[in-house]
Amino acid sequence: MTTETDATDTQETPDKTPDPAGSPRRRAVNDGGRPPLHLTRGRMVGAAAGIAGIVLLILLPLLNLSLPGVLPGPTYTPGSLQLLAMCMLMAAAALTYHLLLGVAGLLSFGHALYFGAGVYGLGIILQNLDIPLLPAMGLTLLVVIVLAHVVGSISLRVSGIPFAMVTLAFAQAGSVVVGRNPEGATGGDEGLTLRTDNLPDFLVGVVNTRNLYWLALAVLVAVFIIVTWVQSSRAGHVAAAVRENELRVRVLGLQPYLVKLLIFVVSAVLVSIIGMVFLLLQSGAVPRAVSADLTITLLVMVVLGGVGSRWGAVIGGVFYTILDQRLTALANSDAIDALPDVLRVPLSEPLFILGTLFILVVLFLPGGLTGTAQRLAQRRSRRGADRVQKSREILEEAA
Amino acid sequence: MSTVVLLLFTGLGLGALYFLVAAGLSLIYGLMGVLNFAHGAFLTLGAFTGWEIARRTGADSWWTFLLSLLVGAVAGAVFAAFTEFVLIRRLYRRHIEQVLITVGLSLAAVALFDGIWGTDAVFIQGPAWFKETTEILGARIPNDRFICIIAAVLVLLALVFFLKNTRYGMIIRAGVENRSMVTALGIDVRKAFTLVFTIGGAAAGLGGVLASHYFGYVSPLLGGSLLIFAFIVTVIGGLGSLTGAAIAAVAVAVLQQFANFYLGGTGDFVVVLALALVLLFRPSGLLGRTS
Repeated sequence: MTTETDATDTQETPDKTPDPAGSPRRRAVNDGGRPPLHLTRGRMVGAAAGIAGIVLLILLPLLNLSLPGVLPGPTYTPGSLQLLAMCMLMAAAALTYHLLLGVAGLLSFGHALYFGAGVYGLGIILQNLDIPLLPAMGLTLLVVIVLAHVVGSISLRVSGIPFAMVTLAFAQAGSVVVGRNPEGATGGDEGLTLRTDNLPDFLVGVVNTRNLYWLALAVLVAVFIIVTWVQSSRAGHVAAAVRENELRVRVLGLQPYLVKLLIFVVSAVLVSIIGMVFLLLQSGAVPRAVSADLTITLLVMVVLGGVGSRWGAVIGGVFYTILDQRLTALANSDAIDALPDVLRVPLSEPLFILGTLFILVVLFLPGGLTGTAQRLAQRRSRRGADRVQKSREILEEAA
Repeated sequence: MSTVVLLLFTGLGLGALYFLVAAGLSLIYGLMGVLNFAHGAFLTLGAFTGWEIARRTGADSWWTFLLSLLVGAVAGAVFAAFTEFVLIRRLYRRHIEQVLITVGLSLAAVALFDGIWGTDAVFIQGPAWFKETTEILGARIPNDRFICIIAAVLVLLALVFFLKNTRYGMIIRAGVENRSMVTALGIDVRKAFTLVFTIGGAAAGLGGVLASHYFGYVSPLLGGSLLIFAFIVTVIGGLGSLTGAAIAAVAVAVLQQFANFYLGGTGDFVVVLALALVLLFRPSGLLGRTS
């Protein structure tokens, strides 16, 4: 049953070996069987760069760095920290979407439902119950877990494109509830303002934006670690195997349905936690948090970064958020206002530019930003091309 | 009694709109396996061009209305044909990437409509007869409902005639059944792809003009809100089945109207609940092929 026996005597005990589908499992065996040899120089450099990057990000609110054109001001100002924190939350949300699409091959159009459940759930609980932040978060989490199980177990009865449509329908129902404003709980189109009575002081007010920034950074790092862990766990390998060949997994006696449900629920729970932090960061909930647009935004981020790559999701999330913010600033600038109508109208709509960019990436850069970067950096080796190929395969398998 | 009749006709009118959107979606999915998120944008474009025509030629005559229907349908058809020819065709057989393209296109198109026509809803005028009501069994029914129903029935009949009695219709039906066999027989299915997109776009454009009269306004978000119900209709009806789409469109819309009236505005939930039930007991839809 252990990985070692799998590698050595697969032929002796074919009925006992839970080898879900050749290639991903075998790759995993090689990874797990000889861990010391795999700490190559490249990996060590990568890990060191990662740790250095995180340390830099932790120190950022204490530094006075300017990135003109990217950030609205020096890094210690609340405006910049707010934007950076938003980038991190979106990157983390994109990571949870990567868990669905990149790992399990589930093209969900209803991911915003759980993000919105986190945002509105916590908002409503803080509004109506007199309990501190952590119990309120726990209560919200409980609601999300139940919701994800119910919706997941129904939607997973179909797969591929019908799954996309069904998740969209459920998310739309959630969006309608929020818009209807039942008994004044969600605030309808106006949204909900965060009630701060029961929040700890260090999370309230513009002065404390840097605490929220650190919180967002912690969430991103934690989500990255959890997603990595889930992806390399047994369930993750089975999910990847299901993506590649569901029938074979079933023949081997495993249950694809339960594994997919597990991934679905984990992803939903993670994104709802991100939603809760989003509520604290924005000091309020807006209907957009539960709309189909948000899911589509996450999908765009993952595809922009490169499907099937964790770093791709992170880079896509950060890139998209900053671009969106910058394009909105550009749309309101005088330079755009002075242009003739033919140019002014499209350029003053950030979503038009982002949508067009997205189409171009899908058409011409199939591996997304990370795939293209790898291909450019390593022309000689074949890794970049492999990445592109893998992204394409994952997308095909999701169908 | 009169309330029931009124709800029934309002539901039929709404069902007609759902059908006009779902017919194209269902055919496109059945033949090409593409879930077309840009279908709502075809509809919105049809609605806006129809409104522009009506506005410029005097809003209250019947000829203007018919012209706006025609122009709306042509606008939707041209946009759809362009989409298939320029964007979708390049990603032949890459279904998910085709879906992603349509997602990007609908984002860009809705943003562009926002920029051109503004984000606020535009209220529209039709022939004076639309504002009057007709009395059936004691219920006073707004006349625009009848127009929607008649148009949808005509489109259904035309589509059925086209699919059953013409050469291209036969190729499309055969393609839905088994695309590789049709290709193996030496028929270029890609022409059928463009054709199906064009027909779907025309139906959506027509639906857009009718929807603007049904709801009384046009807005860039009109297509998106109808599209979601059209998705539900296609799943309930069975993907790829035209008759299924027609039945499901009427069932969903009537159910929605009755639930909205009798169960305190819960129409949208009842529809999602119906979707859940259909998926639990018949995952391939009412008239879908069991796989």
